[in-house]
Amino acid sequence: MEDTDVVLLWGSNARETHPIFFHHLLKGIHNGAELYVIDPRRTSSAQWARLWLGLDVGSDISLANAVGREIIAAGLANEKFIKHATSGFEAYKAHVEKYTLERAERETGVPASAIRQMAHAYAKAPRAQLCWTLGITEHHNAVDNVVALINLSILTGHVGRYGSGVNPLRGQNNVQGGGDMGAIPDRFPGFQHVENDEIRARYERAWGAKIQPKRGWHLSDMFEAMDHGQLTTLYVLGENPADSEADRHRALKRLGGLEFLLVQDLFYTKTAELADVVLPAASGAFECEGTVTSSERRVQRVRRTVPPPEGVRDDIEIIFELARRLGHDWGPNSEAETIWNEVRVLSPMHGGMSYRRLEEMGGIQWPCYDESHPGEMFLHGRFWSEPLIGPRAPFFVVEFEPPVDQLNADYPIRLTTGRRLDDYNTGVQTAKYESPLRRKEALGISPEDALLYELQEGERVRVTSRRGSVVAPVRFDSALRRGLAFLSVHAHDQIATNDLTIDAVDPKSGTSEFKATAIRIEKI
Amino acid sequence: MDIHLTSAQATQEEKAAIDSELGLPESSWQGGARQTADTRAALNGDRHAGRHRLLPVLHAIQKRVGWISAGAVNYAALRLDVAPAEVHGVASFYGMFSLVPRPKVVARVCDDIACMTRGSDELCAELERKLGPADSACFDGRAVWLRSQCLGLCERAPAALVSSAGEKFGERVLAPASAKAVEALLSEASEARLSGDPDELRIQASVPQAASKVESSKLRLLRRLEDRGASTLEGYRRLDGYKGLRKALELGPKGTLRELAASKLLGRGGAAFPTAKKWEALAQQRHLLKNDSGRAHYVICNADESEPGTFKDRILMEGDPFAVLEGMTIAGFVTGATQGYIFLRGEYPLAAERMQHAIESAKKNGLLGENICGSGLRFNIEIRRGAGAYICGEETALFNSIEGYRGEPRNKPPFPTQSGLFRQPTAVNNVETLVNVPLILREGGAAYSKLGTENSAGTRLFCLCGHVSRPGVYEIAMGITLRELIDLAGGVAGSGTLQAVLLGGAAGAFVAPNELDTPLTFEATRAIGATLGSGVVMLFGDTIDLRRILLRIAKFFRHETCGQCVPCRVGVERQEEALQRLVDNKPLGAATQEITLLREMAQAMRDASICGLGQTAASALESALHRWSIFS
Repeated sequence: MEDTDVVLLWGSNARETHPIFFHHLLKGIHNGAELYVIDPRRTSSAQWARLWLGLDVGSDISLANAVGREIIAAGLANEKFIKHATSGFEAYKAHVEKYTLERAERETGVPASAIRQMAHAYAKAPRAQLCWTLGITEHHNAVDNVVALINLSILTGHVGRYGSGVNPLRGQNNVQGGGDMGAIPDRFPGFQHVENDEIRARYERAWGAKIQPKRGWHLSDMFEAMDHGQLTTLYVLGENPADSEADRHRALKRLGGLEFLLVQDLFYTKTAELADVVLPAASGAFECEGTVTSSERRVQRVRRTVPPPEGVRDDIEIIFELARRLGHDWGPNSEAETIWNEVRVLSPMHGGMSYRRLEEMGGIQWPCYDESHPGEMFLHGRFWSEPLIGPRAPFFVVEFEPPVDQLNADYPIRLTTGRRLDDYNTGVQTAKYESPLRRKEALGISPEDALLYELQEGERVRVTSRRGSVVAPVRFDSALRRGLAFLSVHAHDQIATNDLTIDAVDPKSGTSEFKATAIRIEKI
Repeated sequence: MDIHLTSAQATQEEKAAIDSELGLPESSWQGGARQTADTRAALNGDRHAGRHRLLPVLHAIQKRVGWISAGAVNYAALRLDVAPAEVHGVASFYGMFSLVPRPKVVARVCDDIACMTRGSDELCAELERKLGPADSACFDGRAVWLRSQCLGLCERAPAALVSSAGEKFGERVLAPASAKAVEALLSEASEARLSGDPDELRIQASVPQAASKVESSKLRLLRRLEDRGASTLEGYRRLDGYKGLRKALELGPKGTLRELAASKLLGRGGAAFPTAKKWEALAQQRHLLKNDSGRAHYVICNADESEPGTFKDRILMEGDPFAVLEGMTIAGFVTGATQGYIFLRGEYPLAAERMQHAIESAKKNGLLGENICGSGLRFNIEIRRGAGAYICGEETALFNSIEGYRGEPRNKPPFPTQSGLFRQPTAVNNVETLVNVPLILREGGAAYSKLGTENSAGTRLFCLCGHVSRPGVYEIAMGITLRELIDLAGGVAGSGTLQAVLLGGAAGAFVAPNELDTPLTFEATRAIGATLGSGVVMLFGDTIDLRRILLRIAKFFRHETCGQCVPCRVGVERQEEALQRLVDNKPLGAATQEITLLREMAQAMRDASICGLGQTAASALESALHRWSIFS
């Protein structure tokens, strides 16, 4: 990030939501990199940009396809790379042909000249990074959005090289680690598919138990299953779905209908209030031993520096005890390192990561197959090997689809949601801390809408979507434009943002379309 | 950048001043009115390209409004995408900018050492009686007078500079100045803006050699000054102008460098570094320019002549501006630089006017720009005005100043020829050095080197001032003695008895009357622990209290330290305090203890300061302590 020439920050306000990462980005800018920010709002990140593109919420695919078309039309595609390491280019080229700059301007609202400038800068850069966050993934077509961006990286060869790559910025220090360890419905640790008989057999042998041969439910599937009485018992670890689910009214109803709800958390969350049993858990940051994995796939050790408070237990201890009470005695409580060594046996990409090496090397980036392997700086470096190792990177053909919650005369304003510097998600971990910058939560509206609705700064208004209604004070924000409003998701006791949002889910990722809600604003 | 502004708003006048420098804002994100298009895309200027406009922007505000308010700082920050704290930091660095309200009409009255010998104390005392103390408003709040460091008008001391801020900025030099004249001009300027030329170059007053047939025939660097036409392009051409450049184009960069090396020209700014070596360092990197589009070479003319007692560069720029341009253009040709900057002292209004006029005229006539003399040579020159900071004459501080930062020196290495302006290879040359270059090419390096001595080739300009009968700039072949030079200037004025001579300015050294037979060469002055420095020869008769001169020099350094490194920041402060106690006859303990302390501090500053300012801040004092027992 520090040694690159162009950075595309797409659907991300990293200045506020990934401040540590953004410091590295700033070093890149200081070293001469040009930043391009694609975001409906002109965020504080966008203020650092050479060019900000203020697209309509949810029009990312139209923009990405037009960028792709422009790169191809201007002869700036990396033909050598395309030929060497990709597949499906001809179909992609034919598909994006109709995404002209003019069409993209119409669908996204961004001037064609700005799209063109960004396309050329990205394609011509010797090195370029493409980063995204929830502005891309919190949509009903999240995966399509992601592949539309990946198309651009393989079109230009900006992948798998020093200073060039694609970077989804993860929300917490260990979101990546959760995935690594198999907290995904269809994967074992190390991203091995559960529906692969050979792999499953290996895990069954190691664990001495039968494993169901079908993938499980993702979060949205689970909530739907509650409606049909298919899911009656829920064990929640470190999540707060009572606040964080879209269309919160419905989510609360579903949680209320469960036969048994078990919550394991550091804090007494909204969800914990609904629970039958709450298990207080130790903090992974300083009360437990173990590892975390960062966005760059670096597995690092975390260590216990203080013992947990009286009555609070380590996650490992809780899970072992639960298993025992459920009739599966796994023996005496294991040390974190013993469990980790089991991961190393079962997940080949972690094989070489002994605690000793993790410590000596200050963390290792997976894959790391054995103890002589230094780990890999680039996940996709293989695309540059001669001859090509492994499968080709496919181009995906994706079509622009507007958000599910459409605007009309009754709901004329697009509400988008996001985070602020001072808080994290539903505020469980942050709301209790004071911040000199934090202001009372308010509905951000453009100066133009303030005039249109004849509102005063701070005036309380009723905000209504097709699902719910909240009362909120307004704050004028020049980063917004006419017809675009903003709410954070942090302070549900002040403004229950998710009473408004829609749980239109991307079937491929299970994520709801938090970013696009149709609302109206009424004076009280 | 996500800059956070205070609530202070710029006035229409302040906005107009800033927009006059930068053009109108392109979007509401840069301070303009909000348009629908602004909510769909925002193109920021190249962040690295904007910052260097900061100093010109601050000048524009100061010249229009008379001071720089918090609102103006905010608007400048927004326009340039620079944090307001940074804007404030730069504005507060320079003496010519005021961050508190100040009347539009200002008289700067020099009370520095050269003017002290010519009655500036009495002038200031009278102004105090007539107008009230310095820095307090007069004429119903419409005007103010300030005490000033050396204004570089020492041959016509005592000097004053009056300016009036407004839509049309006006300036007028008063030299010699009387309290009556200052008062009259302040009164005039508070009624209507100052118009007309800021000053007039009077050869008789500034170049006494011009009055004598024998002497004027020996002039080389000053030759054209006698001819008023030299400041026009036709006049300059008539007087052999641009023959040096033509010769250089004939010889090619390498050939030009050979001539320059043969001439043995040493830099005239004070450090006496071989000019050919400096240019060669850049010329050797020329091949890198082709392959790296981000790379550039720069040539800078250091015209920030601020050493008290120095005024030769001012007179060259006022009287022979094209010679400076020709020298710089040749430098560009040799070094591969396509952009040159003249960093011109803020207090030199006439020099700035003449240089600007010369640049425009050269551009119009194909002597600057894309294809100079049809040779394919590309070279442009831009003037950057200093803003009252002596330290900006230090080359690395000068880079920071042009780049829009506080004018604080950088550590060396890297040296400017490797990493200078905008971190690119840069050649910095003094005005006088550059004026030598066309001459060298015209007559050939070998012929040039015959003048002067073995190690000090060519002629040299000296600034005679203080108690001397005919003050002014003198051009002499290096090697004549100090006594001969003083005689040439008509001897000691006033009582006629010489007490001391300050060589090289405030950063130079005192010599005693028994050292007058020292030849004026780099090597001979070094041998007696002195320096030619910037060519100052300031005489002090026996009527002056040398202790007060030393105190004024100490005051100068305390005011001009940039404050970046500790030995200098603390040292210059303590040095002035100790001297003040000695002058007041109230030493802490015995006077000898104070003197020991002063010597120790001098040693610390010399050893541990990063730039020449701290290293020489005590040199005049030390040279005086070495020669006289003035504090016992």
